[in-house]
Amino acid sequence: MEWDSTIWISAASYFGAGCAIGFGAIGAALGEGYTAGKANENLSYRPEMSGDVLKTMLVGQAVAESAAIFALVVSMLLLFGGAAGDNAFHGIKYLAAGLAAGLSAVGSGIGAGYPAGKACESMVRQPAASSQITLMMLIGSAVTQTPAIFGLVVAMMLIFAGMAIEGALDMWKFLAAGLVAGLSAVGSGIGSGLPAGQACEGLGRHPETRGQLMLLMLVGSAITQTAAIFGLVIAFLLMFVDFGGSPYYPYWAALLGAGLSTGLAAMGPGAGGGIVGAGACDAVARNPESQRPVMTTMLVGIGTTQSTLIYGFLVSLLLLFGSFSESANYVPSFSLLGAGLAMGFGGIGPGIGEGITGGYAVRQVGRLPERATLLTRTMLVGQAVSESTGIYSLVVALLLIINV
Amino acid sequence: MEFTGADFIRGMSLLGAGLAMGLGAIGPGVGEGFAAGKACEAIGRNPEEAGLLTRTMLVGQAVSESTGIYSLVVALLLMFVI
Repeated sequence: MEWDSTIWISAASYFGAGCAIGFGAIGAALGEGYTAGKANENLSYRPEMSGDVLKTMLVGQAVAESAAIFALVVSMLLLFGGAAGDNAFHGIKYLAAGLAAGLSAVGSGIGAGYPAGKACESMVRQPAASSQITLMMLIGSAVTQTPAIFGLVVAMMLIFAGMAIEGALDMWKFLAAGLVAGLSAVGSGIGSGLPAGQACEGLGRHPETRGQLMLLMLVGSAITQTAAIFGLVIAFLLMFVDFGGSPYYPYWAALLGAGLSTGLAAMGPGAGGGIVGAGACDAVARNPESQRPVMTTMLVGIGTTQSTLIYGFLVSLLLLFGSFSESANYVPSFSLLGAGLAMGFGGIGPGIGEGITGGYAVRQVGRLPERATLLTRTMLVGQAVSESTGIYSLVVALLLIINV
Repeated sequence: MEFTGADFIRGMSLLGAGLAMGLGAIGPGVGEGFAAGKACEAIGRNPEEAGLLTRTMLVGQAVSESTGIYSLVVALLLMFVI
Protein backbone atom coordinates (compact mmCIF):
# COMPACT_ATOMS: atom_id res chain seq x y z
CA MET A 1 0.00 0.00 0.00
CA GLU A 2 1.45 3.31 -1.02
CA TRP A 3 0.90 5.67 1.86
CA ASP A 4 2.78 8.64 3.19
CA SER A 5 5.43 7.56 5.71
CA THR A 6 3.81 9.64 8.46
CA ILE A 7 0.82 7.30 8.41
CA TRP A 8 2.91 4.24 9.22
CA ILE A 9 4.92 6.13 11.82
CA SER A 10 1.85 7.54 13.56
CA ALA A 11 0.07 4.19 13.57
CA ALA A 12 3.08 2.43 15.06
CA SER A 13 3.55 5.20 17.64
CA TYR A 14 -0.03 5.01 18.86
CA PHE A 15 0.01 1.24 19.01
CA GLY A 16 3.31 1.40 20.87
CA ALA A 17 1.82 3.88 23.33
CA GLY A 18 -0.95 1.41 24.08
CA CYS A 19 1.55 -1.42 24.57
CA ALA A 20 3.74 0.72 26.84
CA ILE A 21 1.11 1.54 29.41
CA GLY A 22 -0.70 -1.76 28.95
CA PHE A 23 2.29 -3.87 29.95
CA GLY A 24 3.66 -1.22 32.31
CA ALA A 25 0.55 -1.18 34.46
CA ILE A 26 0.66 -4.90 35.21
CA GLY A 27 3.69 -5.21 37.46
CA ALA A 28 3.23 -2.11 39.56
CA ALA A 29 -0.40 -2.92 40.35
CA LEU A 30 0.46 -6.52 41.29
CA GLY A 31 3.23 -5.39 43.59
CA GLU A 32 1.17 -2.62 45.18
CA GLY A 33 -1.76 -4.96 45.75
CA TYR A 34 0.54 -7.45 47.47
CA THR A 35 1.85 -4.64 49.68
CA ALA A 36 -1.65 -3.51 50.59
CA GLY A 37 -2.69 -7.04 51.44
CA LYS A 38 0.31 -7.71 53.66
CA ALA A 39 -0.13 -4.34 55.38
CA ASN A 40 -3.73 -5.16 56.20
CA GLU A 41 -2.99 -8.69 57.31
CA ASN A 42 -0.46 -7.49 59.82
CA LEU A 43 -2.47 -4.49 60.93
CA SER A 44 -4.96 -6.95 62.39
CA TYR A 45 -2.29 -8.08 64.83
CA ARG A 46 -1.39 -4.60 66.00
CA PRO A 47 -3.99 -2.02 65.01
CA GLU A 48 -2.28 0.68 67.05
CA MET A 49 0.61 0.71 64.55
CA SER A 50 -1.68 1.80 61.75
CA GLY A 51 0.10 5.14 61.28
CA ASP A 52 3.55 3.64 60.79
CA VAL A 53 2.38 0.70 58.75
CA LEU A 54 0.34 2.91 56.44
CA LYS A 55 3.36 5.17 55.92
CA THR A 56 5.64 2.28 55.04
CA MET A 57 2.99 0.77 52.79
CA LEU A 58 2.55 4.01 50.87
CA VAL A 59 6.29 4.61 50.53
CA GLY A 60 6.86 1.08 49.30
CA GLN A 61 3.97 1.35 46.87
CA ALA A 62 5.42 4.62 45.58
CA VAL A 63 8.68 2.87 44.65
CA ALA A 64 6.71 0.17 42.87
CA GLU A 65 4.74 2.86 41.05
CA SER A 66 7.88 4.43 39.62
CA ALA A 67 8.28 1.70 37.01
CA ALA A 68 4.72 2.30 35.81
CA ILE A 69 5.43 6.03 35.70
CA PHE A 70 8.39 5.39 33.36
CA ALA A 71 6.04 3.45 31.11
CA LEU A 72 3.42 6.22 31.27
CA VAL A 73 6.03 8.83 30.33
CA VAL A 74 7.08 6.82 27.29
CA SER A 75 3.41 6.32 26.42
CA MET A 76 2.77 10.07 26.53
CA LEU A 77 5.89 10.76 24.48
CA LEU A 78 4.66 8.32 21.86
CA LEU A 79 1.19 9.88 21.80
CA PHE A 80 2.15 13.53 21.77
CA GLY A 81 5.88 13.70 21.12
CA GLY A 82 5.54 14.18 17.40
CA ALA A 83 6.99 10.99 15.99
CA ALA A 84 8.87 11.63 12.79
CA GLY A 85 11.20 9.89 10.42
CA ASP A 86 12.56 9.83 6.88
CA ASN A 87 10.67 6.77 5.79
CA ALA A 88 7.84 4.53 6.88
CA PHE A 89 10.16 2.02 8.55
CA HIS A 90 10.93 4.49 11.35
CA GLY A 91 7.59 3.65 12.90
CA ILE A 92 8.98 0.39 14.23
CA LYS A 93 11.36 2.31 16.51
CA TYR A 94 8.41 3.84 18.33
CA LEU A 95 6.62 0.53 18.64
CA ALA A 96 9.81 -1.03 19.99
CA ALA A 97 10.21 1.83 22.47
CA GLY A 98 6.72 1.13 23.76
CA LEU A 99 7.51 -2.57 24.17
CA ALA A 100 10.83 -1.86 25.92
CA ALA A 101 9.36 0.54 28.45
CA GLY A 102 6.21 -1.49 29.01
CA LEU A 103 7.69 -4.96 29.43
CA SER A 104 10.58 -3.82 31.62
CA ALA A 105 8.14 -2.31 34.11
CA VAL A 106 6.47 -5.68 34.73
CA GLY A 107 9.33 -7.12 36.73
CA SER A 108 10.30 -4.00 38.62
CA GLY A 109 6.78 -3.37 39.83
CA ILE A 110 6.42 -6.85 41.28
CA GLY A 111 9.98 -6.75 42.60
CA ALA A 112 9.42 -3.51 44.50
CA GLY A 113 6.02 -4.50 45.87
CA TYR A 114 7.25 -7.71 47.48
CA PRO A 115 9.79 -6.11 49.88
CA ALA A 116 7.26 -3.42 50.78
CA GLY A 117 4.73 -6.05 51.83
CA LYS A 118 7.33 -8.00 53.78
CA ALA A 119 8.49 -4.77 55.44
CA CYS A 120 4.94 -4.07 56.69
CA GLU A 121 4.78 -7.62 58.01
CA SER A 122 8.15 -7.27 59.71
CA MET A 123 7.40 -3.92 61.31
CA VAL A 124 4.42 -5.37 63.12
CA ARG A 125 6.43 -8.33 64.34
CA GLN A 126 9.22 -6.05 65.64
CA PRO A 127 7.95 -2.48 66.15
CA ALA A 128 11.24 -1.33 67.68
CA ALA A 129 13.05 -1.97 64.39
CA SER A 130 10.47 -0.17 62.22
CA SER A 131 12.72 2.57 60.91
CA GLN A 132 15.55 0.14 60.11
CA ILE A 133 13.15 -2.14 58.29
CA THR A 134 11.76 0.73 56.25
CA LEU A 135 15.30 1.77 55.33
CA MET A 136 16.21 -1.78 54.27
CA MET A 137 13.05 -1.89 52.17
CA LEU A 138 13.88 1.37 50.44
CA ILE A 139 17.43 0.33 49.60
CA GLY A 140 16.31 -3.05 48.39
CA SER A 141 13.45 -1.79 46.23
CA ALA A 142 15.67 0.90 44.73
CA VAL A 143 17.84 -1.85 43.22
CA THR A 144 14.76 -3.49 41.71
CA GLN A 145 14.07 -0.37 39.65
CA THR A 146 17.36 -0.72 37.75
CA PRO A 147 15.94 -3.05 35.06
CA ALA A 148 13.04 -0.65 34.46
CA ILE A 149 15.59 2.14 34.05
CA PHE A 150 17.46 0.03 31.48
CA GLY A 151 14.18 -0.39 29.61
CA LEU A 152 13.50 3.33 29.82
CA VAL A 153 17.00 4.15 28.52
CA VAL A 154 16.55 1.89 25.50
CA ALA A 155 13.08 3.34 24.88
CA MET A 156 14.46 6.89 25.00
CA MET A 157 17.29 5.98 22.66
CA LEU A 158 14.84 4.44 20.22
CA ILE A 159 12.64 7.53 20.29
CA PHE A 160 15.26 10.26 20.30
CA ALA A 161 18.61 8.97 19.07
CA GLY A 162 17.68 9.31 15.44
CA MET A 163 19.16 6.03 14.30
CA ALA A 164 18.93 5.50 10.58
CA ILE A 165 16.69 2.87 9.05
CA GLU A 166 17.63 2.09 5.49
CA GLY A 167 15.58 -0.91 4.57
CA ALA A 168 13.09 -3.47 5.72
CA LEU A 169 15.79 -5.48 7.52
CA ASP A 170 16.52 -2.62 9.92
CA MET A 171 12.90 -2.79 11.11
CA TRP A 172 13.54 -6.19 12.62
CA LYS A 173 16.67 -5.16 14.45
CA PHE A 174 14.88 -2.32 16.26
CA LEU A 175 11.88 -4.48 17.05
CA ALA A 176 14.21 -7.13 18.46
CA ALA A 177 16.09 -4.46 20.46
CA GLY A 178 12.85 -3.30 22.07
CA LEU A 179 11.78 -6.85 22.84
CA VAL A 180 15.09 -7.90 24.39
CA ALA A 181 15.37 -4.77 26.51
CA GLY A 182 11.85 -5.29 27.80
CA LEU A 183 11.80 -9.05 28.31
CA SER A 184 15.21 -9.42 29.94
CA ALA A 185 14.28 -6.86 32.58
CA VAL A 186 11.31 -8.89 33.83
CA GLY A 187 13.29 -11.65 35.50
CA SER A 188 15.85 -9.33 37.06
CA GLY A 189 13.16 -7.03 38.38
CA ILE A 190 11.34 -9.82 40.18
CA GLY A 191 14.60 -11.47 41.21
CA SER A 192 16.02 -8.36 42.86
CA GLY A 193 12.92 -7.96 44.96
CA LEU A 194 13.13 -11.41 46.52
CA PRO A 195 16.33 -10.92 48.60
CA ALA A 196 15.08 -7.48 49.63
CA GLY A 197 11.81 -8.90 50.93
CA GLN A 198 13.53 -11.72 52.74
CA ALA A 199 16.02 -9.26 54.26
CA CYS A 200 13.14 -7.19 55.62
CA GLU A 201 11.61 -10.31 57.13
CA GLY A 202 14.96 -11.38 58.58
CA LEU A 203 15.48 -7.95 60.08
CA GLY A 204 12.17 -8.26 61.87
CA ARG A 205 13.10 -11.61 63.35
CA HIS A 206 16.70 -10.75 64.23
CA PRO A 207 17.35 -7.00 64.25
CA GLU A 208 20.95 -7.47 65.38
CA THR A 209 21.93 -9.02 62.03
CA ARG A 210 21.34 -5.81 60.12
CA GLY A 211 24.87 -5.45 58.74
CA GLN A 212 25.12 -8.99 57.37
CA LEU A 213 21.62 -8.83 55.92
CA MET A 214 22.34 -5.58 54.12
CA LEU A 215 25.50 -7.03 52.61
CA LEU A 216 23.92 -10.26 51.42
CA MET A 217 20.84 -8.48 50.11
CA LEU A 218 22.92 -6.05 48.07
CA VAL A 219 25.27 -8.71 46.73
CA GLY A 220 22.39 -11.01 45.85
CA SER A 221 20.34 -8.25 44.18
CA ALA A 222 23.35 -6.90 42.30
CA ILE A 223 24.31 -10.26 40.79
CA THR A 224 20.70 -10.77 39.73
CA GLN A 225 21.04 -7.68 37.54
CA THR A 226 23.32 -9.67 35.18
CA ALA A 227 20.30 -10.87 33.26
CA ALA A 228 19.09 -7.33 32.56
CA ILE A 229 22.64 -6.25 31.68
CA PHE A 230 23.07 -9.04 29.14
CA GLY A 231 19.75 -8.02 27.64
CA LEU A 232 20.91 -4.42 27.48
CA VAL A 233 24.12 -5.47 25.70
CA ILE A 234 22.16 -7.37 23.05
CA ALA A 235 19.81 -4.38 22.67
CA PHE A 236 22.78 -2.06 22.06
CA LEU A 237 24.35 -4.51 19.60
CA LEU A 238 21.06 -4.72 17.73
CA MET A 239 20.61 -0.96 17.65
CA PHE A 240 24.12 0.06 16.67
CA VAL A 241 25.62 -2.71 14.54
CA ASP A 242 25.12 -2.11 10.85
CA PHE A 243 23.44 -5.04 9.15
CA GLY A 244 22.93 -3.11 5.96
CA GLY A 245 24.66 -5.46 3.58
CA SER A 246 22.91 -8.61 4.71
CA PRO A 247 20.16 -10.27 2.71
CA TYR A 248 16.62 -9.90 4.07
CA TYR A 249 16.03 -13.64 4.02
CA PRO A 250 17.12 -15.09 6.45
CA TYR A 251 18.56 -12.16 8.41
CA TRP A 252 15.15 -10.85 9.52
CA ALA A 253 14.75 -14.06 11.48
CA ALA A 254 18.34 -14.02 12.73
CA LEU A 255 17.86 -10.57 14.26
CA LEU A 256 14.46 -11.35 15.77
CA GLY A 257 15.73 -14.68 17.05
CA ALA A 258 18.77 -12.99 18.59
CA GLY A 259 16.49 -10.67 20.52
CA LEU A 260 14.16 -13.42 21.70
CA SER A 261 16.99 -15.77 22.66
CA THR A 262 18.49 -13.49 25.29
CA GLY A 263 15.24 -11.72 26.11
CA LEU A 264 13.31 -14.85 27.03
CA ALA A 265 16.28 -16.78 28.46
CA ALA A 266 17.05 -13.93 30.85
CA MET A 267 13.69 -14.30 32.59
CA GLY A 268 14.53 -17.55 34.34
CA PRO A 269 18.03 -16.82 35.67
CA GLY A 270 16.97 -13.34 36.71
CA ALA A 271 14.25 -14.68 38.97
CA GLY A 272 16.25 -17.77 39.96
CA GLY A 273 19.22 -15.76 41.16
CA GLY A 274 16.83 -13.80 43.34
CA ILE A 275 15.44 -16.99 44.89
CA VAL A 276 18.97 -18.00 45.92
CA GLY A 277 19.64 -14.52 47.30
CA ALA A 278 16.44 -14.66 49.33
CA GLY A 279 17.51 -17.99 50.80
CA ALA A 280 20.86 -16.49 51.75
CA CYS A 281 19.25 -13.56 53.54
CA ASP A 282 16.96 -15.94 55.43
CA ALA A 283 19.92 -18.14 56.39
CA VAL A 284 22.10 -15.35 57.71
CA ALA A 285 19.24 -13.79 59.68
CA ARG A 286 18.75 -17.02 61.58
CA ASN A 287 22.48 -17.71 62.02
CA PRO A 288 24.69 -14.64 61.63
CA GLU A 289 27.92 -16.59 62.23
CA SER A 290 27.31 -18.56 59.06
CA GLN A 291 27.74 -15.51 56.86
CA ARG A 292 30.93 -16.69 55.16
CA PRO A 293 29.78 -20.16 54.04
CA VAL A 294 26.36 -18.76 53.19
CA MET A 295 27.91 -16.07 50.99
CA THR A 296 30.08 -18.64 49.22
CA THR A 297 27.21 -21.01 48.60
CA MET A 298 25.00 -18.15 47.47
CA LEU A 299 27.59 -16.99 44.95
CA VAL A 300 28.05 -20.52 43.61
CA GLY A 301 24.31 -21.08 43.51
CA ILE A 302 23.56 -17.83 41.67
CA GLY A 303 26.47 -18.49 39.33
CA THR A 304 25.03 -21.79 38.14
CA THR A 305 21.57 -20.32 37.64
CA GLN A 306 23.04 -17.77 35.23
CA SER A 307 24.30 -20.56 32.96
CA THR A 308 21.23 -20.67 30.73
CA LEU A 309 21.43 -16.89 30.45
CA ILE A 310 24.92 -17.34 29.02
CA TYR A 311 23.67 -19.98 26.59
CA GLY A 312 20.95 -17.58 25.47
CA PHE A 313 23.52 -14.82 25.06
CA LEU A 314 25.77 -17.16 23.07
CA VAL A 315 22.98 -18.13 20.71
CA SER A 316 22.11 -14.44 20.30
CA LEU A 317 25.70 -13.65 19.35
CA LEU A 318 25.79 -16.55 16.87
CA LEU A 319 22.58 -15.30 15.29
CA LEU A 320 23.79 -11.72 15.15
CA PHE A 321 27.28 -12.31 13.82
CA GLY A 322 27.00 -15.59 11.97
CA SER A 323 27.14 -15.38 8.23
CA PHE A 324 24.11 -16.84 6.53
CA SER A 325 23.88 -16.96 2.78
CA GLU A 326 20.84 -15.57 1.05
CA SER A 327 18.10 -18.14 1.10
CA ALA A 328 15.89 -19.17 -1.74
CA ASN A 329 12.83 -19.85 0.38
CA TYR A 330 11.40 -19.31 3.84
CA VAL A 331 12.84 -22.41 5.47
CA PRO A 332 16.19 -21.01 6.74
CA SER A 333 14.39 -17.99 8.21
CA PHE A 334 12.12 -20.12 10.31
CA SER A 335 15.03 -22.32 11.28
CA LEU A 336 16.86 -19.34 12.75
CA LEU A 337 13.74 -18.00 14.43
CA GLY A 338 13.18 -21.44 15.89
CA ALA A 339 16.74 -21.42 17.23
CA GLY A 340 16.09 -18.16 19.02
CA LEU A 341 12.83 -19.42 20.52
CA ALA A 342 14.37 -22.76 21.50
CA MET A 343 17.13 -21.21 23.55
CA GLY A 344 14.92 -18.39 24.71
CA PHE A 345 12.17 -20.47 26.24
CA GLY A 346 14.63 -23.18 27.16
CA GLY A 347 16.51 -20.84 29.42
CA ILE A 348 13.55 -20.04 31.64
CA GLY A 349 12.90 -23.34 33.38
CA PRO A 350 16.44 -24.32 34.40
CA GLY A 351 17.06 -20.79 35.64
CA ILE A 352 14.10 -20.88 38.02
CA GLY A 353 14.59 -24.51 39.01
CA GLU A 354 18.27 -24.12 39.82
CA GLY A 355 17.35 -21.02 41.75
CA ILE A 356 14.86 -22.97 43.87
CA THR A 357 17.51 -25.63 44.52
CA GLY A 358 20.06 -22.99 45.49
CA GLY A 359 17.57 -21.27 47.76
CA TYR A 360 16.92 -24.41 49.78
CA ALA A 361 20.61 -25.37 49.81
CA VAL A 362 21.78 -22.04 51.10
CA ARG A 363 19.13 -22.06 53.83
CA GLN A 364 20.51 -25.38 55.07
CA VAL A 365 24.07 -24.02 54.95
CA GLY A 366 22.86 -21.39 57.37
CA ARG A 367 21.56 -24.06 59.71
CA LEU A 368 24.61 -26.35 59.34
CA PRO A 369 27.60 -24.27 58.26
CA GLU A 370 30.03 -27.09 58.99
CA ARG A 371 28.31 -29.23 56.33
CA ALA A 372 28.55 -26.52 53.71
CA THR A 373 30.74 -28.58 51.36
CA LEU A 374 28.31 -31.51 51.35
CA LEU A 375 25.35 -29.21 50.81
CA THR A 376 27.06 -27.29 48.02
CA ARG A 377 28.01 -30.55 46.30
CA THR A 378 24.43 -31.82 46.52
CA MET A 379 23.17 -28.50 45.23
CA LEU A 380 25.50 -28.62 42.23
CA VAL A 381 24.56 -32.20 41.37
CA GLY A 382 20.90 -31.35 41.58
CA GLN A 383 21.33 -28.20 39.51
CA ALA A 384 23.24 -30.13 36.88
CA VAL A 385 20.28 -32.42 36.33
CA SER A 386 18.01 -29.40 36.07
CA GLU A 387 20.42 -27.99 33.52
CA SER A 388 19.84 -30.92 31.19
CA THR A 389 16.86 -29.47 29.37
CA GLY A 390 18.77 -26.21 29.03
CA ILE A 391 21.56 -28.13 27.31
CA TYR A 392 19.05 -29.87 25.02
CA SER A 393 17.68 -26.45 24.07
CA LEU A 394 21.17 -25.18 23.36
CA VAL A 395 21.95 -28.22 21.20
CA VAL A 396 18.71 -27.85 19.26
CA ALA A 397 19.34 -24.13 18.78
CA LEU A 398 22.88 -24.78 17.54
CA LEU A 399 21.67 -27.50 15.16
CA LEU A 400 18.99 -25.17 13.81
CA ILE A 401 21.61 -22.47 13.21
CA ILE A 402 24.23 -24.74 11.68
CA ASN A 403 21.85 -26.61 9.44
CA VAL A 404 20.66 -23.45 7.70
CA MET B 1 -13.63 -1.39 0.05
CA GLU B 2 -11.40 1.64 0.29
CA PHE B 3 -8.56 1.38 2.82
CA THR B 4 -7.06 4.78 3.46
CA GLY B 5 -4.05 5.77 5.49
CA ALA B 6 -6.19 7.66 7.99
CA ASP B 7 -8.21 4.47 8.51
CA PHE B 8 -5.01 2.59 9.25
CA ILE B 9 -3.92 5.08 11.90
CA ARG B 10 -7.38 5.00 13.44
CA GLY B 11 -7.36 1.24 13.42
CA MET B 12 -3.96 0.96 15.07
CA SER B 13 -4.92 3.60 17.63
CA LEU B 14 -8.03 1.67 18.58
CA LEU B 15 -6.09 -1.58 18.72
CA GLY B 16 -3.54 0.13 20.95
CA ALA B 17 -6.35 1.44 23.13
CA GLY B 18 -7.70 -2.06 23.48
CA LEU B 19 -4.30 -3.48 24.44
CA ALA B 20 -3.63 -0.63 26.83
CA MET B 21 -6.84 -1.17 28.77
CA GLY B 22 -6.89 -4.92 28.44
CA LEU B 23 -3.39 -5.55 29.67
CA GLY B 24 -3.60 -2.69 32.13
CA ALA B 25 -6.57 -4.29 33.84
CA ILE B 26 -4.66 -7.42 34.78
CA GLY B 27 -2.45 -5.96 37.50
CA PRO B 28 -5.02 -3.96 39.47
CA GLY B 29 -7.46 -6.86 39.26
CA VAL B 30 -5.09 -9.35 40.81
CA GLY B 31 -3.41 -6.92 43.20
CA GLU B 32 -6.61 -5.46 44.61
CA GLY B 33 -8.05 -8.93 44.93
CA PHE B 34 -5.10 -10.04 47.01
CA ALA B 35 -5.44 -6.92 49.18
CA ALA B 36 -9.15 -7.53 49.71
CA GLY B 37 -8.58 -11.18 50.56
CA LYS B 38 -5.96 -10.32 53.13
CA ALA B 39 -8.30 -7.69 54.56
CA CYS B 40 -10.99 -10.32 55.02
CA GLU B 41 -8.49 -12.57 56.75
CA ALA B 42 -7.40 -9.70 58.97
CA ILE B 43 -10.97 -8.80 59.91
CA GLY B 44 -11.68 -12.43 60.66
CA ARG B 45 -8.76 -12.39 63.03
CA ASN B 46 -9.66 -9.02 64.62
CA PRO B 47 -13.31 -8.04 63.98
CA GLU B 48 -13.30 -4.98 66.26
CA GLU B 49 -10.82 -3.24 64.02
CA ALA B 50 -12.96 -3.68 60.92
CA GLY B 51 -13.15 0.07 60.32
CA LEU B 52 -9.39 0.60 60.35
CA LEU B 53 -8.74 -2.50 58.28
CA THR B 54 -11.32 -1.62 55.65
CA ARG B 55 -9.94 1.92 55.41
CA THR B 56 -6.39 0.63 54.98
CA MET B 57 -7.59 -1.83 52.37
CA LEU B 58 -9.26 0.93 50.38
CA VAL B 59 -6.17 3.17 50.54
CA GLY B 60 -3.93 0.37 49.37
CA GLN B 61 -6.34 -0.63 46.63
CA ALA B 62 -6.53 2.99 45.47
CA VAL B 63 -2.78 3.07 44.93
CA SER B 64 -2.96 -0.19 43.00
CA GLU B 65 -5.82 1.26 40.94
CA SER B 66 -3.69 4.21 39.87
CA THR B 67 -1.88 2.29 37.15
CA GLY B 68 -5.20 1.03 35.88
CA ILE B 69 -6.35 4.64 35.66
CA TYR B 70 -3.23 5.53 33.67
CA SER B 71 -4.14 2.76 31.21
CA LEU B 72 -7.73 4.03 31.03
CA VAL B 73 -6.55 7.58 30.35
CA VAL B 74 -4.22 6.46 27.57
CA ALA B 75 -6.98 4.28 26.09
CA LEU B 76 -9.44 7.18 26.14
CA LEU B 77 -6.83 9.48 24.62
CA LEU B 78 -6.25 6.99 21.84
CA MET B 79 -9.96 6.59 21.22
CA PHE B 80 -11.18 10.17 21.38
CA VAL B 81 -8.30 12.59 21.17
CA ILE B 82 -5.78 11.15 18.74
